[in-house]
Amino acid sequence: MDHPCLVTLERDSAPRVLFSGDRLVKVDLPPGTRCIYPKPPIAKLKDLPAAIRHALHHPLGSEPLYARLRPGMSVTIAIDDLSLPLPPMRRPDARQSVLEVLLALLADHGIDDIEIIVATGIHRRMKAAEIRWMVGDRVFDAYWPDRLYNHDAEDLDNIVRLGETELGEPVELSRRAAESDLLVYVNISFVPMNGGHKSVAVGLGSYASLRAHHNPETIRSTHTYMDPGDSELARKIARLGRVVNEKLSVFTIETTVNNRMFDRNLSFLSKNEDDLDAKERFLLEALVATTARLPQAARQALFDKFPAPYEVTGVWAGETEAVHERTLARAFEQYLVPVQGQADVLVLGIPYISPYNVHAFLNPLLVSCLAQGYLFNMFRGAPLVKPGGTLVLFHPCTDKFDHEQHAPYVDFVHRILPETRDAVRLSHQYEQKMARDPAFLQMFRTGHAYHPAHPFYMWYWGENGRQHVGRVIVVGADNDYIPKLFGWETAPSMDEALYRARGGEARSLDVTLLHMPPIVMGDVTP
Amino acid sequence: MAGAYFDVDGTLVSTNLVHPTLFYVLNQGTPLATLKRLGRAALKSPSMAFAELVDRRTFNELLYSAYGGMSEDRLLSLADEVFDDVIRPALFPGARDLVRRSRDAGHDVILISGALDFIVERLVRHLDASGFIANRLEIERGTATGKMLKPVVAGPEKARLIREHAAREGWDLAECFAFSDSYSDLPMLSVVGHPAAVNPDKRLELLARAYSWPSFRLG
Repeated sequence: MDHPCLVTLERDSAPRVLFSGDRLVKVDLPPGTRCIYPKPPIAKLKDLPAAIRHALHHPLGSEPLYARLRPGMSVTIAIDDLSLPLPPMRRPDARQSVLEVLLALLADHGIDDIEIIVATGIHRRMKAAEIRWMVGDRVFDAYWPDRLYNHDAEDLDNIVRLGETELGEPVELSRRAAESDLLVYVNISFVPMNGGHKSVAVGLGSYASLRAHHNPETIRSTHTYMDPGDSELARKIARLGRVVNEKLSVFTIETTVNNRMFDRNLSFLSKNEDDLDAKERFLLEALVATTARLPQAARQALFDKFPAPYEVTGVWAGETEAVHERTLARAFEQYLVPVQGQADVLVLGIPYISPYNVHAFLNPLLVSCLAQGYLFNMFRGAPLVKPGGTLVLFHPCTDKFDHEQHAPYVDFVHRILPETRDAVRLSHQYEQKMARDPAFLQMFRTGHAYHPAHPFYMWYWGENGRQHVGRVIVVGADNDYIPKLFGWETAPSMDEALYRARGGEARSLDVTLLHMPPIVMGDVTP
Repeated sequence: MAGAYFDVDGTLVSTNLVHPTLFYVLNQGTPLATLKRLGRAALKSPSMAFAELVDRRTFNELLYSAYGGMSEDRLLSLADEVFDDVIRPALFPGARDLVRRSRDAGHDVILISGALDFIVERLVRHLDASGFIANRLEIERGTATGKMLKPVVAGPEKARLIREHAAREGWDLAECFAFSDSYSDLPMLSVVGHPAAVNPDKRLELLARAYSWPSFRLG
């Protein structure tokens, strides 16, 4: 029997409703199309503060946290930034819940040399209001800005080299974290590629440290981001993380959230369109019509207005790898849907948000990263689409960038990408030069722009998808040149996209729709 | 190699051309001489204010006429004080770091300023920059005439000077950087491949936004 999250469309099936940026569009897919829906949200922890205390007192592969504390010691707490979960979760954020318990415990043990670092890696600096959102008013008011601040991967005076991996990869880290008696990491795992060694080694690392693994060669060797056991990227980061854990006293706290991305009144967005009741159908029609008519700024404001009602489904603490094993198991429990066989055509509605555009417009480079990077990789086992298969994307690919956050992206897309799409050439010929651009570095260090190397990483991120997929066809693009720049084709409709995918021949195609958001992953057996 | 051309006043330091000039005017040999120069400067101030609005070059010429009659010795002997008391305290907090990062990126840092050469030279040393393009006073028999030597470094002329400088150095302008705070420096920003707006005035800020130029504040 098929899994309840797998739906095969019939001749009289309703159109599917997909995100196309910040619009919702109705799409007629051919009979026989297999739609993979997200699993319903798994149960939340009933008493979160109690679960957090339990995790700290009964850690995995470590002494209880209280046994590692002594009065007067220095403690650095690092937390994930707002790139996850997506959209930002309703308050209290899981980070706030953990911090409040953790800080009370530290205070009970006479520890007041505490600093909290937002582990941004080379992401943009979070704004004060965003940090307040993550940590809650009480923690923010007590610690911001002197003892609660963003990591600065380019503050070279405050980055230290911990050593190298056995393969000579440099391990560089925040000086404060490295020189503290104890480093506690507070994570939210949104997808299985989050957390584990990535938290400290990437989040508190330097650009030099990141280059060892954020490169096209590593991405090309990575089968899937979403299964660390099958990811060269995860293996490399783990190598760095083990050096960190050998040198420093690290205590890891990880949390998982469920799939409740939409509030109750919008939860029908993750349902089979054939199963909607009359009220839900009406609301869906209204939403499709509204997003079609509203100007872009209003649509963005509308989506920004509603944080996600995610609930915490697990919290574990202790030694990094032991903790992460549990985190992964819970994440897979929420996301994996068993799928038999790969498709000729994988259809993806590209939503309006990615980890790198919270409170900003999803620019075209992020569309490519989301499509060929994140969404293509939403599998364990084999990719959802056959080697050489077709991705059909729904997105307008609008040539628009946030002037502040994505300033270096404009240069990358309009000055560098026209020179070459070859990720290896980009990496060897252009990346370091742009990464040292003094103006973009200043915007990164003192403003809220991403690091000038970040757009390169966004391109590399799509590299395993790019190597695997034969062609990408975009439906609904409002221009031709951006898709062309990315090496994509455009089609005015789904029918036309399928006609192209068939190569003009009258052959039938296995079509699969990954119906997300919320997050869903295929556990694919070829 | 490539060059990074930095405007100075408003970009790296919060002072403008008037501040050092005022220092010189206020530090004459006798109180009477100071009073005389101050009076002359006050008389010129309406025309300077008008010139500032319409033509940078005329403004510079009017401003630097205040140096007329000052001995070269005095100009140079006060230059260290001008730098220590006026310029150095006015450096924006991030200025040194920005210049250092330009050097780290392999750029030769060139300051291009309407200020006077003997002041800018001291800033070049302080920031460990590579060189400068600045205004020079005409000196006759050891005394400033109050006129400026050509070319006058201001507005569109800066673009031409950068083009010539880059050509002499064998740099590709498309690879060069330029930093300025003012819309009046649009020609200089437009001539390089990597312009950036630093502490931009409103008009430059809008323009930088329209053209997706990097824009940030050092202050």
